[in-house]
Amino acid sequence: MKSSVIIFPGSNCDRDMDVALKKFGFKNQMVWHNDDEIPKSDLIVLPGGFSYGDYLRCGSIAGKSRIIKSVIDFANSGGLVLGICNGFQILTETGLLPGILQQNKYLNFICKNVFVKIKNNENKFFKDIKKEILELHIAHNEGNYFCSNDELKSIEDNNQIAVTYCDHNGNDDEENNPNGALKNIAGIFNKNKNILGMMPHPERMIDPFLSGEDGSLFFENLIKSL
Amino acid sequence: MKVKVIVTLKNGVLDPQGKAIQQTLNGMSFENVSEVRQGKYFDIEVKESDESKAKTQVEDMCKKLLANLVIEDYKVL
Repeated sequence: MKSSVIIFPGSNCDRDMDVALKKFGFKNQMVWHNDDEIPKSDLIVLPGGFSYGDYLRCGSIAGKSRIIKSVIDFANSGGLVLGICNGFQILTETGLLPGILQQNKYLNFICKNVFVKIKNNENKFFKDIKKEILELHIAHNEGNYFCSNDELKSIEDNNQIAVTYCDHNGNDDEENNPNGALKNIAGIFNKNKNILGMMPHPERMIDPFLSGEDGSLFFENLIKSL
Repeated sequence: MKVKVIVTLKNGVLDPQGKAIQQTLNGMSFENVSEVRQGKYFDIEVKESDESKAKTQVEDMCKKLLANLVIEDYKVL
């Protein structure tokens, strides 16, 4: 399986993602934001970081960069696209995913492990993951998911909520909401479920000695389901 | 010509920075400040002498890049 990780100026989780993808068997290639074309891929990843220094709005400049047209074409033809953290912000700015990631409710940069609950596993990203609650890592200043009431209704009606912040028992209530995100949303899909954007970093949880292994479950499933 | 744009958060959208500024002002003895909403201001130099043409173009820029219409409104001054 071939994957491509797009590097923007200011991306800083691109190499972690490269390591994770390769560890679980992807043949990964790095693609520069100023290129016109993405090599043939089964999966495109927009990594975390601070593309273009978060100027204007997080992800807004990357969302208009040269490579993005190819990402949009790939996504619209059904290709699998994954955006983590800043990648999620970029996906909302391109319009591939609804809503926007606003500044965290309490104005703090949050860097910690969190639990997330998988809300929909009828898709390639979560299909055969046996656990319902994963422990992943977040590190962001703008992860406060927001959209209009109409959009929220449409997201819920189409089962587009992918993961929500929760405690280790799966309670995804306000008490377990780290950043003020609407409905504790940590990640969403597009309608066709071939695009996933999420704030937590699975690529940081792939080593039993350094972190935890719930990110491994994510990548193991991903390569199997492709 | 120069075109000026103000981008603000839509009514009802949470503005934690504005809230923090308001609380700070209250603490500085500006007790009568009941709300602060923070926004962005752009000065855009367009090589175009026709004012209405320039403003139409800037509107387009607002819709496509300068503002995110999910949470923001823009005003071309």
